[in-house]
Amino acid sequence: MSALSAKRGGAAGAVVRSARTRGLWLAVMVVVLAAICALSVAVGTRDVAWSDVLAGLSGEVDTIGQAAVAVRLPRTLLALAAGAALGLAGAVMQGVTRNPLADPGILGVNMGASLAVVVGIVWFGLSTATSYAATAVVGAGVTAAFVYGIGSLGRGGATPLKLALAGAATSVAFSSLVIAVVLPRADIAGGIRSWQVGGVGGATWHALASVLPFLAAGLAISLLSARTLNSLALGDELAAGLGEHVARGRALAALGAVLLCGATTAACGPIGFVGLVVPHVCRMLAGVDHRWLLPFSALAGAGLLVAADVVGRIAARPGEIEVGIVTALIGAPFFIWIVRRHRVREL
Amino acid sequence: MSALDATIERLAGARGRRARRRRLVVLALLALVGSAFWLTLSLGQSYTPPGEVLRVLFGEPVPGAGFTVGELRLPRALLSVLAGASFGLGGVVFQIMLRNPLASPDIIGISWGASAAAVIAIVVLSLSGPIVAVVAIVAALAVAVLIYGLSFRNGVAGTRLILVGIGVSAMMESVIAYVLSQAPAWTLQEAMRWLTGSVNGARLADALPLLLSLVAFGGMIAARARDLDVLRLGDDTAAALGVPVGATRVLLLVAAVGLIATATAVCGPISFVAFLSGPIAARVFANDGSPLFPAALVGAVLVLVGDYAGQFLLPGRYPVGVVTGALGAPYLIYLIVRVNRSGTSL
Repeated sequence: MSALSAKRGGAAGAVVRSARTRGLWLAVMVVVLAAICALSVAVGTRDVAWSDVLAGLSGEVDTIGQAAVAVRLPRTLLALAAGAALGLAGAVMQGVTRNPLADPGILGVNMGASLAVVVGIVWFGLSTATSYAATAVVGAGVTAAFVYGIGSLGRGGATPLKLALAGAATSVAFSSLVIAVVLPRADIAGGIRSWQVGGVGGATWHALASVLPFLAAGLAISLLSARTLNSLALGDELAAGLGEHVARGRALAALGAVLLCGATTAACGPIGFVGLVVPHVCRMLAGVDHRWLLPFSALAGAGLLVAADVVGRIAARPGEIEVGIVTALIGAPFFIWIVRRHRVREL
Repeated sequence: MSALDATIERLAGARGRRARRRRLVVLALLALVGSAFWLTLSLGQSYTPPGEVLRVLFGEPVPGAGFTVGELRLPRALLSVLAGASFGLGGVVFQIMLRNPLASPDIIGISWGASAAAVIAIVVLSLSGPIVAVVAIVAALAVAVLIYGLSFRNGVAGTRLILVGIGVSAMMESVIAYVLSQAPAWTLQEAMRWLTGSVNGARLADALPLLLSLVAFGGMIAARARDLDVLRLGDDTAAALGVPVGATRVLLLVAAVGLIATATAVCGPISFVAFLSGPIAARVFANDGSPLFPAALVGAVLVLVGDYAGQFLLPGRYPVGVVTGALGAPYLIYLIVRVNRSGTSL
């Protein structure tokens, strides 16, 4: 593939933004994120008055409202962390594969992590949150390598169609295997759902703390690979000409993404489409430079997931909708929009 | 002159051999369906001797076997055959018409649309019986039109159709998950049915809508089988040969959607049966003639054997969709490896 067409395919609708515009958008995003987080603590099956929110934040649990805040606080933080991780992972995956449809959910990576955890629990008796996270990261890594390998076999290399199909096929197979592994075990059968549809409802401080090291490592690796991703966007030959170790850089960036989405799936179950939607929106705001795009994606991903969680709690009172369902309902039309926007040849 | 005669004779001989081979393979497939059906009837948790099975089938009251065979196994086996044949036939019509094995209704989202509609009809609107199938058919047709419209842009490219279908599938899946999570008393069994497909809890009454749709829609397809064969040569050639291309296409698609939707309304979207049957039939027959009837038979075998394996051959008890889902994915991956840039040649 020539460098020119690679650039067009990898960064469709490329825009270069001035530092001022970016700074402005960044400030807007931080403000919006803070507002959504405040909503997430205050709104739910039971709305909590702001005085109770403040009291709850300082650790009091005297009224029902304050107790609700105490439960919603870790939930909001988990949604924040998971959303940031998924948004960032999606941006890295789209950069590594130079594929506008890459997303940890669509490529089946989240389902692979889910399957690894389920197998670990049922067959190897895992029981600590840290071991869940480690197993999930391994599962995510193996699945990512498998799907990318399948997608790039044959003529034409890793086209978006082949990657998306390989991911969808792997997802269906792994989803069947998750059922097959969990179904005979009556004691955790109620948990099938949480390994098929992701949610942040069961968040605890402990679960959050045990995935944080993985998320931090993934965050650091991903942000550090921004320059590599910029070079890769020019095409492999040109990147190599610029002195980039193409294979090594790609593997390292992918490792960052795998750490992020593996740890997220261990804590929340598979959540799709956040990593697809967020980088596309952020490219419009921040341009195609990954040094800006990656932090933007993390922020926007966090905002999207927390907002989706709030919507899921409001829309189905007194029950709630898992955040994985909400993101799929928002994200799938977006996916179709991207498919329609690109010309077939670029897909 | 003698050379011409020899050629004609040779061609006639080859044609005769192909026809004989086809008859042989169809017979073998029929025998396979029959024996899988018989196996499901006679061997389960306990063994029922052939004589007793026959007496139950003829309606005699037999203590014990009357319940296990008549109430448990017979509905299950009948439903498997009918649903499998519907999925196989509907799937292969899609694949032939869109000239792409990946364009089967379970990959481009039509089965998921039918499943979502059936779940909504049953859980939210508390409907039951044949009306659920009608709702599923209408919804599946709407989803088919939606997918076609969304992927239309200077004509419908195979790649875009399949990708749009993947997106629509994801949406329908999350609609199903949402409705099930809001259901007052949803059970794991129900969820399994609508998410992967299953013939658990089959009742004889469920077979009736399936049979009706297979006769009606299957008849429509069979009546147009010759036109469908010609359509494989391309639209222009078909039009030149006197096939009303537009009308045939619409009629066949409606019939195929009807088959898929009815089967889905009863058994759920049994994973990958529609996708697998056509290519398997084409492989077995080496393209000797129309793959329609063989694909229906292959579909029936897949569901019968998948259900039997899920019940008795594996360490746990699994719904049939889990088995076919795990079987179909490797084949899909094999197809992906062979697919080219435009997403058509296979």
